Amino acid sequence: MRNFFHRKSSRQIAKDRLKILLISDRVNCSPEMMELIKTDIAKVISKYMKIDAENMEIQINTKGNKAERAAKPSLYASIPIVDMQKIHGD
Amino acid sequence: MENQFSQEQKSSEVIVVTSGKGGVGKTTTSANVGTGLAKSGKKVCLIDTDIGLRNLDVVMGLENRIVYNLVDVVEGNCRVKQALIRDKRHPGLYLMPSAQTRDKSAVTPGQMVKVIEHLKEQFDYIILDCPAGIEQGFQNAIAGADRALVVTTPEVSAIRDADRIIGLLEANGFKQMDLIINRLRMDMVRRGDMMSAQDVVDILAVPLIGIIPDDENVVISTNQGEPLVGGASPAGQAYANVVQRVEGKEVPFLNFEKGISFWTRVTGIFHKI
Repeated sequence: MRNFFHRKSSRQIAKDRLKILLISDRVNCSPEMMELIKTDIAKVISKYMKIDAENMEIQINTKGNKAERAAKPSLYASIPIVDMQKIHGD
Repeated sequence: MENQFSQEQKSSEVIVVTSGKGGVGKTTTSANVGTGLAKSGKKVCLIDTDIGLRNLDVVMGLENRIVYNLVDVVEGNCRVKQALIRDKRHPGLYLMPSAQTRDKSAVTPGQMVKVIEHLKEQFDYIILDCPAGIEQGFQNAIAGADRALVVTTPEVSAIRDADRIIGLLEANGFKQMDLIINRLRMDMVRRGDMMSAQDVVDILAVPLIGIIPDDENVVISTNQGEPLVGGASPAGQAYANVVQRVEGKEVPFLNFEKGISFWTRVTGIFHKI
């Protein structure tokens, strides 16, 4: 991720950071609540497959480029899977 | 807005200048927009609502003429008229200073509304200089206002705070909010080291009413206590354009504002999100 950002201008970095920051500000979701959501999602997914909960990321975002005030935000989760075997093993 | 009996009885506009973050140029903007409106023949009352940290009087160069202040008015120590300082350089321009030795809790939103209602009878424009933050001082400043100028600089922290303020203004029923982008440096934008006005407008999604270039003349004018609006300096010209747009006139954006798309120019003036 870092290397990817380093190639960008600081103007672009600022825009990208703000877009993400403002969306979570606007939905009024505290970092504590995000952490709770993350733990719960990890718990549910772990029932079915082995995941890397340490490196999982969740983010609230809006589709498209424009941060329209009226746009509906969605929750994105990136969950690295360690072992799919558990799905069949159960 | 309402039925007018004659053209003279145009209802007055109450505008709050706010930003969330401190030090982005609320007071400078209040002083210049207020002075500019007075220069174009309007009756203008500037109110400093930053109780405990008053600054508008110094920026206006009127600090030596304070007798009574806003807190004196709400506490009934004086009449509204007694607290108004007339700016001798510009007919029609008045300042109601804030109290320096009190805190925000000395005034309530209800009291602010009352003072403003009283002032509305005599003035075309009432400009409220809002304190930084989102606490009581902010609530006091927005209570009597029907329109807002949101000031930001092209920096991450200022934009984040501006976004929060816009959300709070929306929640408080504000219909008209316009954005002023202050201290823009086109050389840095061209280098890719500063967000452009377009970038900021895309992120905040409110109509643009002015772009003020980073200009050392602002510091000089503050040193002198004389707002630079209408002068030859880049910031002075930019503020003069803001004033005209506040009055509802369509004014093209200046040269340093280049790089902004036609879309923003048009929507910046007419489009209300």
